[in-house]
Order: sequence, then C-alpha cells, then structure tokens
Amino acid sequence: METTKKICAGDVRSASRLIRDLEDKLPQARPRLKQLFPHTGKSFIIGITGAPGAGKSTLTDALISEFRKQKRTVGVLAVDPTSPFSGGAILGDRVRMLRHAEDEGVFIRSLATRGALGGLSQAAGDAIHVMEAMGKDVVIVETVGIGQQELDIIHHAHSVIVVLVPGMGDEIQTMKAGIMEIADVFAINKADRPGAKQLQTELASLLNTSALPPSAWRAPVVSIGNLYEPAGFAEQTAELAQKISEHHAHLLISGQLALRMERKALMEITDALKACILEPVLNKLIASGELKNITQRVKNREADPYTEAETIARRFLKSGEIS
Amino acid sequence: MSARKIRVMVAKPGLDGHDRGARILARCFRDAGFEVIYTGCHQTPEQVVAAAIQEDVDLVGLSCLSGAHRVLFPRVVDLLREKNASDITVIGGGIIPEQDFQMLYDAGIKAIFTPGASLDSIVDWIRTNIQGRD
Ligand code: B12
Ligand SMILES: Nc1nc2c(ncn2[C@@H]2O[C@H](COP(=O)(O)OP(=O)(O)OP(=O)(O)O)[C@@H](O)[C@H]2O)c(=O)[nH]1
Ligand SMILES: [Mg+2]
Repeated sequence: METTKKICAGDVRSASRLIRDLEDKLPQARPRLKQLFPHTGKSFIIGITGAPGAGKSTLTDALISEFRKQKRTVGVLAVDPTSPFSGGAILGDRVRMLRHAEDEGVFIRSLATRGALGGLSQAAGDAIHVMEAMGKDVVIVETVGIGQQELDIIHHAHSVIVVLVPGMGDEIQTMKAGIMEIADVFAINKADRPGAKQLQTELASLLNTSALPPSAWRAPVVSIGNLYEPAGFAEQTAELAQKISEHHAHLLISGQLALRMERKALMEITDALKACILEPVLNKLIASGELKNITQRVKNREADPYTEAETIARRFLKSGEIS
Repeated sequence: MSARKIRVMVAKPGLDGHDRGARILARCFRDAGFEVIYTGCHQTPEQVVAAAIQEDVDLVGLSCLSGAHRVLFPRVVDLLREKNASDITVIGGGIIPEQDFQMLYDAGIKAIFTPGASLDSIVDWIRTNIQGRD
C-alpha cells in the first residue's frame, strides 16, 4: 500500500525499484502491480522504433524537450539488447538524453531485453504501467534497433514512430511488410545525408499510391536533417511532435484509441495467462527434472510433443497445482 | 526464485575526456553479466546521482583521470546521501595518487582502482560486495 501511494505521488526511487522487481520477477512485484493497475491507462504512449543507430534516442531526447515546453511530464523507457552470451547489457540510450537528467518532470529508465525477441523486454508493459501510475502525461518507449520483425511495440504504444535513414541500400527494401506497416508517423532522420531525397520520394509515392488504410490515417513523413545545425533540427523535431499530436487527436476523435486500448488489454491478459499458467508449469517441470526426460523422449522419437503437452495440461489443470 | 541482476553505472564526472578506461570497463561489466548504464563524459555530480536513482543501480563507478577526483567523488557520495540513496555503493578509478586514497575512503568511496588494476579484480570486488542487496 505504502509503495502504491509513493509511486502515485511520483516517487522515483519507489518506481524504479518496482520496475526492477518486475524485471527480476521478484514475488512481491505482482501484488504491487495489481494495486497500481487502477491508476494506469491515462498516459499517451509513443513508441519509437527503427534500425540500430537510426537516431531513435536522439529523437527521443528532442521530443522530451518539445513535450516539456508544453508543460507535460514525460516518462521514457529505453530498451537495449542483452548479450546472449553473458546475460549482461550495455544500456547507452541515456547518453543522448543527459540534458534532461535533472528535470523532475522527466523520468528515464533503461531496460535490457533479457532474451525477449520482439524489440522490447518482457517487463516493458509493466514498466509502462508504473510510469502511468506516476502520472506521466506522455510515456515514450524506445525499442532496440530492429530489423523487420521485432514489432511488439504496436501492442503497447498508441502512436508508433518509425525512424528511417537514407543509405540502407536498395530503398525499396524498406518498403517491405512489417516495420513499414506499423508506422503512424515516419521520421526520415539524417536527412542531411546522401540518398535522403530519394528515400523521401519513394516513401511518399508508396504512401500515396496505396489505399487509405481502415484507420483513415495516412502516416505523415517528417524529414529531420543535421543534428548539429540546431535551428533547423529544432524546427523539424517540433514538426515531428506536432504530427504525433495530430495522430493522437485522430485516435481520440475517430474512436480508434478505444480500439487500440482494447487490443492492448487483450494482449495483456494473454501475457498474464502465459505468466500464470505456462511459466509455473515449466518451472515445476524443470525443478522436478521431468522436462529433461520429456525432451529426451521427444528427441528419441519415443513420444511426440503434442501428446506430452496434452498429458501435462490435463494433469496440471485438473489438480489445480498451478499457482 | 529469480536472483537479482546486478545493475551498475559507469560515469565520468567533470571535464575529463579520457573515456577509454570507462568504455573498457562498461564492456567488461557486460561480459561479466551485469547490466551497465553508460552515461559518457562531462557530467555533473548532480546528473550522475539523478541517473543512478532513476536507473536503480546497485553501484556507481566513477572514472577520473584529470585530477578532479578529490572534489567530484565525495560530492557524488554527499548528493546520494541527500537523496536518501546511500545504499548505492560508490567506487572510483583512474589517475589517483596513493596519498588521496584515505581522504576518498573517509568520504565514503568504497574502493579505488588505478592503472594496471586487472579487470578481473574489479569484477570480483563487485561480485563480493554487491550481491545480496535487495
Ligand atoms: C590515452 C591518453 C589520452 C588520450 C585519451 C583518449 C580517450 N578517449 O580516452 C588523449 C590523447 C585524448 C589524451 C588527452 C589528454 N591527456 Co591523457 N593520457 C592518456 C594515457 C596515455 C592513457 C589513458 C588510458 O586510456 N589508459 C587505459 C585505460 C584502460 O586505463 P584507465 O583509464 O587508467 O583505467 C584503468 C584504471 O585506472 C581503472 N579505472 C579507471 N577508471 C575507473 C573507474 C572505475 C569505477 C573502476 C572500478 C576502475 C577504473 O581501471 C582501468 C583498468 O585497469 C594517460 C597516461 C596513463 N598512463 O594513464 C594520459 C593522462 C591521463 N593524460 C594526461 C593529460 C594531462 C592529458 C591532456 C590534458 C593533455 C593535454 N595537455 O592536452 C589531455 C586532456 C584530454 C581531456 N579532454 O580530458 C595526464 C593526466 C595528468 C593528471 N591527472 O594529473 C596523464 C596521466 C598523462 C601524464 N602522465 O601526464 N590522453
Ligand atoms: N547526421 C546526423 N546524425 C545523427 C542525427 N541523429 C542522430 N545522429 C547520430 O547517429 C548516431 C546514433 O544516434 P542514436 O540516437 O544513438 O541512435 P539510436 O537509433 O538510438 O541507436 P540504438 O539505440 O543503438 O539503436 C549518433 O552518433 C548521433 O549523433 C541526424 O539527424 N543527423
Ligand atoms: Mg538508442
């Protein structure tokens, strides 16, 4: 109860500790999250995704400034990859956001993927809730640098910004499914570089020739040039913030925000089921050594995975052994 | 159940631009299985402390090769205390003359490593002194 109060009052220490407990899957974390849940769901959630090094953190930094000018409080979750070899991680997104370190209206927290493959970490959704409960008006989630597949962000964010950069080879390459389809706003970053004009033209023609999506929103394209020419850069990032706000307004007016929140709720309950059913079953089977035996039997073709899974499911679901 | 993952921050306070050691340490800590917040050069002690608290790290490692450690290191410890975050351990390294060690220990710096210190000895120190914090 104490923790809930502190977090809702905006206490950074309690919030960052709870996020850590959630990442480390400590038993005390879940009850706290349950208590926080009624206080969540009011923030505007922005996802920033794109290839490694595209400029996601730099743009996040610029967007923080824009939102702070509007006197809105900001939470940032910045995800970087965990090394599959050591389990460690270097979390460096923050380096681009140092000027906001002491602003009390900004809370920046780095997360490591810890093996999650969707571009976020397993705790990201819960960490968003903690920031919502703190009362952040806007929560920005920066994914790891992605290819075409790591698209979990669409389940969490209301608006997804896809950052593209010129010079990634055949520009049409970028027009493939996946990352191109999830964008609510495109940012062409490093537009000072060769190839930017071409990327811009191809993207514009692609967007203009495709049918208007069911959302009735055509993703606008914002070009952002040289970070080291502050005047132009500030103007362009202000435009990016403007387009994001327009998308937010569109979500509200068209009723699609409700649809997206419903989609998110469905995803959350699905994830929670996995956490409450699948994880404890696996943990029990690992602890008892059974999983090893089953794996051997399947490997030796003495059993098939479906029969084994059905047997396990019957046993655990009936006995109520899951908890 | 699940054990805590060790989280550390490597920071370079002040105007010192010697970041080679700090980068090497960050990589070494990652390879040791820690999560490392790397915040680069030119930070004020205030920024270091704010970041350490937002990231909920177990340990802040300060690197300084410019000679300003006598002022900057104790300042970080003091600010952490002011923010009720004295449970965060502070260690340091870089070009630090031996005659300054005691003064830094007295100020609350828990360990000091100078050029030539093996990376293993640093990782061992952290594993020994950090695990178990909850
Ligand atoms: C490489 C170097 C440079 C490079 C830096 C490149 C870079 N990006 O890092 C360049 C050429 C840019 C440079 C510039 C200067 N340098 Co210089 N430089 C060095 C040199 C030769 C090696 C430093 C190094 O990278 N070592 C390798 C790394 C791995 O070692 P390390 O950082 O010491 O880290 C180890 C330990 O100290 C410890 N450690 C360090 N930090 C931390 C932190 C934690 C938490 C822990 C646990 C451990 C730890 O662990 C590491 C592993 O053992 C040293 C001399 C020396 N022998 O140290 C001078 C030295 C540091 N430089 C010096 C000077 C004076 C300068 C300049 C001011 C020169 C000038 N007049 O322009 C500039 C200032 C630059 C600036 N902006 O701050 C002096 C500093 C004198 C002082 N403190 O009193 C030194 C000592 C040379 C000397 N003998 O005079 N320098
Ligand atoms: N020329 C130019 N460089 C930029 C621009 N934006 C960012 N950069 C540089 O691109 C590099 C990567 O920027 P980041 O913001 O860290 O990129 P990121 O997408 O967050 O990277 P990861 O998180 O590692 O995937 C940095 O060196 C930036 O200085 C830009 O608009 N123009
Ligand atoms: Mg980044």
